[in-house]
Amino acid sequence: MELSFTARNVLMGATMLGALGGMLGSFALLRRQSLLGDALAHAALPGVCIGYLITGSKTPLPLFLGALAAGLLGSLLILGVVRWSRIKEDSAIGIILSVFFGAGIVLLTYIQKLPDGNQSGLDKYLFGQAATLVEEDLKVMAVLGGIVLTALLLFYKELKLLSFDRAFGASLGLPMRRLEVLLTLLLVVVVVVGLQTVGVVLIVAALITPAAAARQWTDRLGSMILLAAGIGALAGVAGSLASALVPRLPTGPVIVVVSSGVLIVSLLFAPRRGLLWALLRERQVADRIRRENLLKDVWLLGERQGDWEGFLSWPLLMGVRGQTARELSKSARPLAAASLVERSGDALRLTATGRREAESVVRKHRLWEVYLTRRLELASDHVHRDAEAMEHALTEDAVLRLEEMLGHPEVDPHGRPIPRRPAAPAKPERSVAA
Amino acid sequence: MSLPEIVGARFPLDSSPEPARALPAIEVHDLTVAYRTQPVLWDVDLQLPEGRLIAIVGPNGAGKSSLLKAMLGLVPAVTGWVQIFGEPYARRRSWVGYVPQRESVDWDFPTSALDVVTMGLYGRIGWFRRPSRHHRETALACLDKVGMKDLAHRQISQLSGGQQQRVFLARALAQDARLYLMDEPFAGVDATTERAILTLLKELRNNGRTVVAVHHDLQTVAEYFDHVVLLNMRLVASGPVATTFTAENLQRTYGGRLTVLTQATEALLQKRAVADATAAEGEPWS
Repeated sequence: MELSFTARNVLMGATMLGALGGMLGSFALLRRQSLLGDALAHAALPGVCIGYLITGSKTPLPLFLGALAAGLLGSLLILGVVRWSRIKEDSAIGIILSVFFGAGIVLLTYIQKLPDGNQSGLDKYLFGQAATLVEEDLKVMAVLGGIVLTALLLFYKELKLLSFDRAFGASLGLPMRRLEVLLTLLLVVVVVVGLQTVGVVLIVAALITPAAAARQWTDRLGSMILLAAGIGALAGVAGSLASALVPRLPTGPVIVVVSSGVLIVSLLFAPRRGLLWALLRERQVADRIRRENLLKDVWLLGERQGDWEGFLSWPLLMGVRGQTARELSKSARPLAAASLVERSGDALRLTATGRREAESVVRKHRLWEVYLTRRLELASDHVHRDAEAMEHALTEDAVLRLEEMLGHPEVDPHGRPIPRRPAAPAKPERSVAA
Repeated sequence: MSLPEIVGARFPLDSSPEPARALPAIEVHDLTVAYRTQPVLWDVDLQLPEGRLIAIVGPNGAGKSSLLKAMLGLVPAVTGWVQIFGEPYARRRSWVGYVPQRESVDWDFPTSALDVVTMGLYGRIGWFRRPSRHHRETALACLDKVGMKDLAHRQISQLSGGQQQRVFLARALAQDARLYLMDEPFAGVDATTERAILTLLKELRNNGRTVVAVHHDLQTVAEYFDHVVLLNMRLVASGPVATTFTAENLQRTYGGRLTVLTQATEALLQKRAVADATAAEGEPWS
């Protein structure tokens, strides 16, 4: 497939912007300054207009410089307002954003009513119009992008420290304020680079979305930045290709839609941080609790009868927790598979291993009851429900310490014996969880 | 591994067991710190000896953290000055290690325990350079010192509160300082960590280091520390634990309402709009 000259410009511009946005966005995200980029973009608009008014032409460089100057002014004003007034950062960002944007719109309207006819197209800065990128734009973008990249590489470790622990950095004697200004300047540069492609309104998405998506997949700043750059670039490629192939599809918004898609997938499916992962883990815990409860129930019934050898019938077990036969078999199946229980038709009993496992759960339960009544002086009829939860939560290590602290008690507050620790514990928790 | 082996031992032990120290580790003179019209510290005069474990104790809002931050130049003084080993802090910066409050950072930050400890070396690594293998090994040894070597590559949000505190201590160790300022190193840690931290602080002291720690638990002051500073906006008392940590001084620190003097102070400050007390590096109260 042959891309037109314009489409190639768009592709290169959008990819560059995506990568730069992802990198700078990572810092903005971690410093909780996501909206700063938004404010800077809005602040840049009057700069574009003034650049045009002064030169009377739409050559990119003066417009870039105007946007850059206005963006810088806006960012410094935000820092200044926070420092010298009682206004908090979020309000400061809101104020600067609206004031500058308002001024920008006023200028834009004024320019559009000028009689010279050369002015049409400045409004592309609002929503971006990547198709208007010309080679000179790309050159400017490449130079600015190179500057940003170099600065990030040179000051990487200091910027990392600034983002993580500013006070500590200051105590090392690093010029934290200057580094903060540097980072903000870099952000301004990237925002200005992206104005023509994505526009004032959507640029914040090019900054934050790839970074937020990348954060889901990695626990290292370096890889997060690279990944965010990759996602941003990918969205840039996808957006520009889509708009080249499908007529009248706008590049900027498509870029945003693509990176939002990546973000949604990341939020749902990323290992450990993803929603799905959390759900799975929750279910695993619930399953383990159900299995441990069944083991314990069987053991307690055995204790009552003074006999752990006999088979217990299904209806008897269903009665303990008011479970249906289906729920019960669902819990029993993995236990049977792990040879913790033995099934015979509609009845089951504990194997020797199963009995040890069950005793470990009962032990935790009863030790915790002793702890609550003795240490927290709760009445013995107030402790069961709490122990019911703790028996699934206490680690072996915690139990050992608990036992030691309590002086190896032999009976629980209700006078029932606390099962001894088995002579050779066979890593009980793992086998039940399996 | 012993402490001097790990850190570069820029400050070797004096040969005499109890050397006559000419200079106090920290001298605070007539220090007043205010945030806008709200005074936090007023007229504090203080001399802290070298080679001791020193606790700063006082009720909430007594200005304990602010005193620490003023020593570090992180908050500006309205009046007065601080000297570290006879020089202004700016010239002694590399002699001072800092352990901020654990809650002061976002522990979900994408970085590892080892990485955080390496940050303690950034001052020495210098601009435009990456940590070398040697730096990583130093950081690892510091983690080992606080019993965290096995967790070096763990993401910091997956550490317990006590482990996070130990990471901060290891980072301070990596600084190889002569004076350590710690903001509540014992706050919210488990018993194991508390013992580990105490052992470490004593080892630092036995290696001639000075440790100043904001401390909350009055029960352990006498057991853990040599010297105590009792603070409630004004300095109440400062001296060896045995003579200073008395019921009477504690009553004066924690007891009852603001004294007339403090109230007058507050009124005075409120009238005089403290224009020069601009929010400083670190914005300690935000």
